[in-house]
Amino acid sequence: MEFKFTEENLTKIEGILKKYPEKKAAVMPVLYIAQEQNGWISQEVMKEVAALLDMHSDEVLGVVTFYTMYHQKPMGKYHLQVCTNVSCMLRGAYSIYNHVKDKLKIENGGITEDAVFSLEEVECMGSCGTAPMIAVNEDFFENLDEQKVDQIIESFKDRN
Amino acid sequence: MEKIVLPDINDLHQISVYEQNGGYTAARKAFGQKPDEIIDTVKKSGLRGRGGAAFSAGLKWSFMPKATNKPKYLCINGDESEPGSFKDRQIFEYNPHQLIEGILIASYAIGAKVTYVYIRGEYHKWIKLFEKALSDAYEQGYAGEKMKEKFGTEFSCEIYVHKGAGAYICGEESALMNSIEGKRGYPRVKPPFPAQNGLWGCPTTINNVETITNVPAIINKGWEWFSQIGEPKHPGTLLYGISGHVNKPGVYELPSGMLLTDLIYNYAGGVSGNKKILCIIPGGSSMPPLRGDQIDGVKMDAESLKAVGTSIGTAGVMVMDEDTDLVKVLARIAKFYYHESCGQCTPCREGTGWMLKILNRLAAGEGSIHDLDLLVSVASNIEGNTICALGEAAAWPVRHMVTRFRDYFEQRVKKEVTLQVANKVHSMRHTAFPLTEIKE
Repeated sequence: MEFKFTEENLTKIEGILKKYPEKKAAVMPVLYIAQEQNGWISQEVMKEVAALLDMHSDEVLGVVTFYTMYHQKPMGKYHLQVCTNVSCMLRGAYSIYNHVKDKLKIENGGITEDAVFSLEEVECMGSCGTAPMIAVNEDFFENLDEQKVDQIIESFKDRN
Repeated sequence: MEKIVLPDINDLHQISVYEQNGGYTAARKAFGQKPDEIIDTVKKSGLRGRGGAAFSAGLKWSFMPKATNKPKYLCINGDESEPGSFKDRQIFEYNPHQLIEGILIASYAIGAKVTYVYIRGEYHKWIKLFEKALSDAYEQGYAGEKMKEKFGTEFSCEIYVHKGAGAYICGEESALMNSIEGKRGYPRVKPPFPAQNGLWGCPTTINNVETITNVPAIINKGWEWFSQIGEPKHPGTLLYGISGHVNKPGVYELPSGMLLTDLIYNYAGGVSGNKKILCIIPGGSSMPPLRGDQIDGVKMDAESLKAVGTSIGTAGVMVMDEDTDLVKVLARIAKFYYHESCGQCTPCREGTGWMLKILNRLAAGEGSIHDLDLLVSVASNIEGNTICALGEAAAWPVRHMVTRFRDYFEQRVKKEVTLQVANKVHSMRHTAFPLTEIKE
């Protein structure tokens, strides 16, 4: 499937390019814009980004595969990220993580059949003082227990 | 006790409130001085980096070359991905203008025209909050071209936000620069150091968010004032982030050199359920852990912690009570470093995986007594053999946890010992026997 940036996004990218002395430096912010538009980073997206920034598409691939926040496959509409690192683990993160897995019947990196939810076990998100936590797309939900997790998931189901 | 970085003032994140409370007066004062005077003041104040290495901030600035035709850069490290560390997000949320003011002063002191504030990608909310503050600052003439008019100086500088994308290693200064340049976040071999050869080969200084946020107060109130707060060798306040099994986890701004026990029992509300403390990690997960019975009288500053065989790191204190499964905790820490190793150096890339495998074996009850020595051996072979400090960060918790809690770990290994030689040819390589003599 061919990928082209929207006019609006091309204007945004123009603004970003002004921040750096080299075009290549804009690859991370441009990939974020692409991901927002396309939902994930496909081969076509990488080709388009490479063409825009005078890079080789393999160079873009190198960046995409290095950073965990670029999705190399489609994710659910609501991407659940559960931190299980030490501070969260000490406050019950694994029971939260397993609870989400059981509830949605998906594994790490999985996506529900209706493509509404996807799940990722993530490393420390900086919510150690308000652990355990789940991030849904860009929003943090902190100080959780299983009941609150249920409420969060239900509220996103309703929103859908 | 007066707070420097996170004062108790409502709505301080709003530019008008910040101005009412003396905001941006330090920048004005600094622009009336010579850059060298500012560097000297910061040096004398004793301000040390808050990102982990606790290096003198003023000394770091003084490494920037004076005579150069190349543009100079300042990078602010807000990657904050060390497990147990959650202090910089408080600054982005509650006191972003003091950070911006610190950036102005630092830029002026080192002669940087452009600053990149590198914030970890997961901090969407805090990036937005900081960008809002930054656009307010631009609007009011506290950044960009308008500065010349506002402050009546020749100096102006640009501040840009660069968003990370989920790589812990980008908190390492040279990896951070590669990431800004649009590359994979691989640490660079040092020397050359960033002050000589940083962003795009130009002189660059990298400072932590909290370090820079201290600067306006030092300029306004003088180095003597700052140097008298807390421990003389590591002065100022620290943002202690306390997490784990305590009643009131959170970030507490207090003078450096606080007693660990004071922090835990008087500020963080004590251990949940009044349990005993089994283990403490004093500065984020890569710092050597201390036993619960080792913490009496231990002070939280770089020198005091060094004396007891650990390190201040980011002052992220993780508290584990007596019911904690330390083997599982260590396995989780090992998993983190295995995941975050960039893969450039063999000892780290392979070693982190081996340590994880061994620890998973121990956690499953399948480990033997030899595994404990093997862990220490693998950890020791990573340390000092890698380009960047992620090697140490991965090895320290493993080596020190296993040695300091040897009794605990020994209880968790299988009782019967089976002597196995996995590869006879390999094991005989250093003997005098010709290889043909080895029989099954």
